[in-house]
Amino acid sequence: MKTFVLAAAIAGLAMPAVAQDFDAQLKARQGQFRILAINLGILGDMAKGEVDYSAEAAQDAADSIQAISMVNQPPLWPEGSGADSRDGTRAKAEIWGDFDDFTSKWAALGEQATALQASAGDGREAVGAGLRELGGACKACHDSYRASPN
Amino acid sequence: MLRKALAAGATLIVLAGVGLWVTQPRAVEPARYADLTPDATAGEAVFTAAGCASCHHAPKAEGADKLVLAGGQSFETEFGTFRAPNISPHPEAGIGAWTLEDFAGAVTRGTTPGGSHYYPAFPYAAYARMAPQDVADLWAYMQELPESAETSAPHDLGFPFSIRASLGGWKMLYLSDDWVVTDLAEGAETRGRYLVEALAHCGECHTPRNALGGLDLSAWLTGAPNPSGEGRIPGITPGTLDWSATDIAYYLETGFTPDYDSAGGHMVAVIENFAKLPASDREAVAAYLKALPDGS
Repeated sequence: MKTFVLAAAIAGLAMPAVAQDFDAQLKARQGQFRILAINLGILGDMAKGEVDYSAEAAQDAADSIQAISMVNQPPLWPEGSGADSRDGTRAKAEIWGDFDDFTSKWAALGEQATALQASAGDGREAVGAGLRELGGACKACHDSYRASPN
Repeated sequence: MLRKALAAGATLIVLAGVGLWVTQPRAVEPARYADLTPDATAGEAVFTAAGCASCHHAPKAEGADKLVLAGGQSFETEFGTFRAPNISPHPEAGIGAWTLEDFAGAVTRGTTPGGSHYYPAFPYAAYARMAPQDVADLWAYMQELPESAETSAPHDLGFPFSIRASLGGWKMLYLSDDWVVTDLAEGAETRGRYLVEALAHCGECHTPRNALGGLDLSAWLTGAPNPSGEGRIPGITPGTLDWSATDIAYYLETGFTPDYDSAGGHMVAVIENFAKLPASDREAVAAYLKALPDGS
């Protein structure tokens, strides 16, 4: 009995740690955004004129972005993995208030990524135009579902 | 004794009267707007740069619906909740029955056509610097937008902020059409100043406020707490923001930071507007920001 009470007490103490669950999901979803950012950087530096345009490098980057946009999102966003439940994330509770809208925002990114994949080989101007559209899809989701830093 | 009290009371009433008279809402001088030829096409760019739709479109409006200025969005602040009114050209629910002078008084002086004060959640303290021709063009453009019959919702403010007459004192302290930053090079830097300090009203969020809600101009654009209470609005002076001018212009076009993170929050609406302006305007904002004192 005594052992049971002690075990229960330890379990009780351990409760806050449970709130830090979903570490794997956080790493996965933040990692996919990093892959997007790195490849957007390759294209963006070309669009800005800071790096010479290369059709091959642009295509590789656009292919990677499109591939990431095809990752099925719901398994990465379980309820209770938002900023109201734990540290280390800026995911707002609103995500789970309208999850269908959230996933439709990701689908919109997929459409723009597919368009960019098709036009990335067409020169610097085309990359710039595609990035503007893709950037719109990023912002549309961040506007509603990502909290400000700090 | 009674006589003394009466005299004191009368003095107070006179003082309050003088105070209200000194701080009464001011209309614009009609001469400033009399001989202008309004150009609605030019007004569209003013409208976009000034971000009117961002606050005045209906909550959750998307696409072309953002040009229906029905109002209804809420803005939480420490003074209470402000609600953007209907400013569509509907003659009763909106501002369709106004004159150009009414409109100029509202936008540049924070004065209603009926002669009372608007709350400075409406950024007239920035728009006060707007060129009369731009005001006239903006008015011409806004009259062409769709009408909405939506009734404007009242603000929800605590005492004493619920007393509009008190805003007269606020305006005496904080309403000025002087530039914040002087000694800039004529050209891109001064165009950038006009965009940042007047139309795009960047200082409203990026500059800290004092206890009375006035901007602390000594800390111009150095960042501030988010009025919604969530997070912080970053500083954008060279002391805080080490982006190149190209990075700043590209961010205003696409929302991508130099690390290819993307904008969130209210900046999404700001970028949506800036993306529609000519590249020279985005470059002008960058030139102005790079010309600011460090601010650190």
